[in-house]
Amino acid sequence: MREDLAALARPAPLLSLRGWATFLGIGFVLIVLVPLLNVLPSSGSALHLPDYLVPLLGKYACYAILALSLDLVWGYAGILSLGHGAFFALGGYAMGMYLMRQIGTRGVYGHPELPDFMVFLNWKELPWYWYGFDQFPFALLMVILAPGLLALVLGWFAFRSRVTGVYISIVTQAMTFALMLAFFRNDMGFGGNNGLTDFKDILGFPIQAQGTRIGLYIASVLALGLCFLLCRFVTLSKLGRVLLAVRDAESRVRFLGYSPTAAKLFAFTLSAVLAGIAGALYVPQVGIINPSEFSPANSIEIAIWVAVGGRGTLYGAILGGVLINLVKTWLTGAAPELWLFVLGGLFVACTLLFPKGIVGLIGQWKSWRAERQSYKTAEASE
Amino acid sequence: MHAATPIPSPVIQPAIAGLAPEVIERPRVSDTQLYLDGVSVSFDGFKAINNLALMVAPGELRTIIGPNGAGKTTMMDIITGKTKPDAGEVLFAGRIDLTKLDETEIANLGIGRKFQKPTVFENLTVFENFELALKAPRGAFKTLTARLDGEALDRIAWALEIVGLGAKVRESAGALSHGQKQWLEIGMLLVQDTQLILLDEPVAGMTDAETKQTAELILSLKGERTLIVVEHDMEFVRDLGAKVTVLHEGSVLAEGSVEAVQNDQRVIEVYLGR
Amino acid sequence: MSVARILAARILAIAFVLAGVLAGLFSPPALAQSLEDMLAGLTDDPKAAIQMLIAAEDEKAKAAAAALAKGNLFIRIEDNAVVIAEKDGEQYVITNALTGEIEAMASAEELQAIVLDDEAKALLGGAGDAAAQDAGPFDFATGVKALNAEGFAEKGKAIEKLTALGDGRAIPVFQALADGRLFSRKSDGAVVIGDRSGNDVRLTMAETLEPAGIVAPDTLDVIFVNNNLRNVLREAIGRLGLLSAEASTRTGAAKALLDGITPDAVALLREAYAKESIAYVKEAMALALAAAELSDPDKARRLAAVAVLGSSSDMRVRALLQSRLGQEQDAEVKAAIAAAFDRIQTKLTLMGYAENLVQGISLGSVLLLAAVGLAITFGVMGVINMAHGEMIMLGAYSAYVTQEIFRAMLPPSWIGAYLIAALPVAFLVAAAVGVAIERGVIRFLYGRPLETMLATWGISLGLQQAVRMIFGAPNKEVANPEWMTGAIELAGGFAVTWNRLYIILFCFAVLGLIALILHRTSFGLHMRAVTQNRAMADVMGIPTARIDAMTFALGSGIAGMAGVALSQIGNVSPNLGQIYIVDSFLVVVFGGVGNLMGTLVGALTLGIVNKFLEPIAGAVLGKVVVLIFIILFIQKRPRGLFAAKGRAADA
Repeated sequence: MREDLAALARPAPLLSLRGWATFLGIGFVLIVLVPLLNVLPSSGSALHLPDYLVPLLGKYACYAILALSLDLVWGYAGILSLGHGAFFALGGYAMGMYLMRQIGTRGVYGHPELPDFMVFLNWKELPWYWYGFDQFPFALLMVILAPGLLALVLGWFAFRSRVTGVYISIVTQAMTFALMLAFFRNDMGFGGNNGLTDFKDILGFPIQAQGTRIGLYIASVLALGLCFLLCRFVTLSKLGRVLLAVRDAESRVRFLGYSPTAAKLFAFTLSAVLAGIAGALYVPQVGIINPSEFSPANSIEIAIWVAVGGRGTLYGAILGGVLINLVKTWLTGAAPELWLFVLGGLFVACTLLFPKGIVGLIGQWKSWRAERQSYKTAEASE
Repeated sequence: MHAATPIPSPVIQPAIAGLAPEVIERPRVSDTQLYLDGVSVSFDGFKAINNLALMVAPGELRTIIGPNGAGKTTMMDIITGKTKPDAGEVLFAGRIDLTKLDETEIANLGIGRKFQKPTVFENLTVFENFELALKAPRGAFKTLTARLDGEALDRIAWALEIVGLGAKVRESAGALSHGQKQWLEIGMLLVQDTQLILLDEPVAGMTDAETKQTAELILSLKGERTLIVVEHDMEFVRDLGAKVTVLHEGSVLAEGSVEAVQNDQRVIEVYLGR
Repeated sequence: MSVARILAARILAIAFVLAGVLAGLFSPPALAQSLEDMLAGLTDDPKAAIQMLIAAEDEKAKAAAAALAKGNLFIRIEDNAVVIAEKDGEQYVITNALTGEIEAMASAEELQAIVLDDEAKALLGGAGDAAAQDAGPFDFATGVKALNAEGFAEKGKAIEKLTALGDGRAIPVFQALADGRLFSRKSDGAVVIGDRSGNDVRLTMAETLEPAGIVAPDTLDVIFVNNNLRNVLREAIGRLGLLSAEASTRTGAAKALLDGITPDAVALLREAYAKESIAYVKEAMALALAAAELSDPDKARRLAAVAVLGSSSDMRVRALLQSRLGQEQDAEVKAAIAAAFDRIQTKLTLMGYAENLVQGISLGSVLLLAAVGLAITFGVMGVINMAHGEMIMLGAYSAYVTQEIFRAMLPPSWIGAYLIAALPVAFLVAAAVGVAIERGVIRFLYGRPLETMLATWGISLGLQQAVRMIFGAPNKEVANPEWMTGAIELAGGFAVTWNRLYIILFCFAVLGLIALILHRTSFGLHMRAVTQNRAMADVMGIPTARIDAMTFALGSGIAGMAGVALSQIGNVSPNLGQIYIVDSFLVVVFGGVGNLMGTLVGALTLGIVNKFLEPIAGAVLGKVVVLIFIILFIQKRPRGLFAAKGRAADA
């Protein structure tokens, strides 16, 4: 009995042996094989990976991090945030501001300090909140602090007063909506409607060069891997179990002496930071960040990535994020008027027919096969 | 269910057990574990609790009975911070005003509660339910890096033995039967190790044998912990043989031994109706 | 978003210019070249050039000749272009003689006059005469047409002549001209008065003052006037108005004179004042006279004028007093002016509040219409219907379709009634779609509110795209019927438009109806029972499934009717619902669930707070402030203003 318990009490490994093998295998393909296939074979070769695919895959990696971050709060803490696009966008803006400052005198107006849109708006000097963004470490700090602090403050207010369920969804949606309105304004100093764009280089590397793109892609995949491991660590810890308990029976957790506010605040803030990192990696790869990233529709879409993949599983979220964006890329090119029907249909089908997502379907299929197998062996033995 | 093995430390604990030194320093209002006076609360005009007064001594076992709607569960809600009273005083260990604290803070003072309808974490295993209940630091960062030590495992093993769920330890709590969930919740209270234990209808849905065993368990805890038991089952109340408080329409109707209360004319009227 | 629209407009403008240039390139080169030659010839061989100009059929050539006759033809030094320049204040309005386009203003130094000898002038004289003979007998209709003349001088003459006719019909035409609301219709050149109606323009024929339909702005050319003409117009309006037979016209004319008055007008005003017999008209005239006497050399007169002006609550009077305050030398008069200014200031501030309040109530009632259905379904079923906004959108499109059917099938006199017919149509359409959603999707998701949100969001995406494919993405125009247009003037010169007023009334009527349904019908009783305790209601034999479907039908139907109302104050587009949905959620969160009173108070509060914040913080920041306010508010009351309490509320 006691030995049995001791085995149970041993902390679970981050990944099983098979898990590590899969993780490293996929990592090898994405980090080593993909860039090599892009660089080594000549462009006519069948093995050659076209140049445009590299930033596209990098973009998917960013979406996957975003989906991961939402799964952490929705799948494990039961908080369906409909404002995660805002954290993504804030991270993106922080990176965009760094990239704007790197343009220097190469802008249309050639001003050494002010970005083009400020010169255009007749601004005389840099607003104070743009200070420091010419330094990469400062920008990185802001990538983490801006979404993190917003989540911390909003979460503290909301969770403390026990705003849960659909209410927290509405509040987060209102938050991203308000931010969208604010960022659309020219006098906010973030480029208004057009946002930040026309980036030239990052850390001294020209942003359009294929080498830089490969570098950004590898950084995104690495970040995805690290974020996944970090989320695994959190969800496997005792805190992860507290979060699950909060998700299922929040008031009961209180009577055990845990503060759901603290647990949720931790998850929400961490998740916002991850979303911010995703945004920061996304912006240099797509070359623009504008207020439409804050639109409520964008944030809700993230929820469907997670739902389709299978929430509360982490890798399901990654799967869903990549898969749906693949479909989106293909369909918005092939039949753009159908995309919204497909997306809308996915929302309905996913909630009605397969609420556990793809991961759940695979699980069902596996158990069904195992059942059939055992039935067959039973039959054979007779 | 096995015979209740003795608890590791059979010392009678004072009301202040487990409290922080600076709290213990505070001036004491009374010599009680729990002290309620003039407590009232109403929901949309309906007075659920009306000028309620109750005193429970440290180490005492108290049973509370009363017809439906007498305010028993609401009283527990007030003690554990789920409901804030409109008026009145609720003191823990004669020092701490519970009306100013929330559920989490109250639980951390050392007040544990079993609900009328068993509520366990159905998506977690029996073991994980115990792990969450276990007396240990509750902060978010502390739980992030928490590890179970040998002492904690001993305590869980001990509780598992008492509630007889050893074979189910790997199963998810949602798969347990109603009675097993009751035991699990009681077991969680045991590992939570609180000074004041509130039990709301602990034997509902249990067999006669299980009811007897629960009574034994409660009696074995008496003296070491302060216990308040709300129950309908008069047989069980008699088995406990403790002081009984009868609630009616939100206030105390009668108080005394089981026999005295059962012979009280007002109590009979309330239960039989007119 | 409006930035995008401006951008689009600019691109459109550039496209037009490019198209014009291309058309110019491909038009018969002979004419273009000859006009250019003629204009160039003016400096070398004026006589030949003038003869050719007069003989030319081209309108531009004629305009150039006319300008030359008046000495308005110049050469711009910068690029040697021949331009028609008309004085407007210190500057000149420049029309390129070759292209006929109005270009940037110029100062006198930038222009060089074309000097002509007497012989050439004589030649031009003939041209002028010929133009004069063109005009037939002068009546109101010809006068109005003449307002669309090329040059400012011609316009001025037309105004003068029209004023001389003494016809009161000229007043609205003049007013429109002064306000820049007088247009020439591109299709037939008719002179029309245009009033903005949403994104479109409602037309009135200037000659007859009869309605002439609604058109897009790009089918019209504005008839420009300069500041000089504006003064002329103001005076003409005053003159015509003061002598009008209509009391209201006389009042309006007197009020118009507050903007600025010439000595001529003062005399006229005195005359009219003496003759006037109706008290309120006399009052208005007294005010205008006092305004004129504010700068009188006589101190006593000035004091008397200030006393009269102080009783006014007109913004223009305030401006008048303020400017006079700076000029006044006499201490006593100065003090009186300051006191009068303060009095008006207070009155205006109060009126501003009243106006904000009315606008806030108006916005609030729109929000209420949009949110009340949401609140009902949320209350009864605990379900947030993200497709609720699309029910509003469907209602608005129902109004559009009804209007089109009326236009196509019924005589024009019936058109005003389409709105009445649209209400039940919209209710039924939205209710039917609502029931389909409830039966088809939502009922399988009870107890999973978050999933319900996502599923209904998916439905909303589908509905939007479907409407976009059927009706097209651009905005559809739903006209206000006759009885919805115009405004009602309340005390002290502040007005409420009829459509806003009707919407407020309609909203409260709908709310009353819902209250009746909730409290006086068995359906309402069942609905309230299910809201309070679904399980118990089920046990009591209430058919909860049917109640759910009917509740959804009711909530969606109300949203459909809200759509009809919204079609009257804004655009009808596939994403109409999205505009109101976030606000509707906030109303529900703020007001609490399943409680009509909460929704009412929530919607009105949000509407009014929004309108009061707008002047202080701007429309967008005002919204942000409201959002922050609500986030802070749910700190205190997480379940809304009118939340249920007790054990049942925790479930």
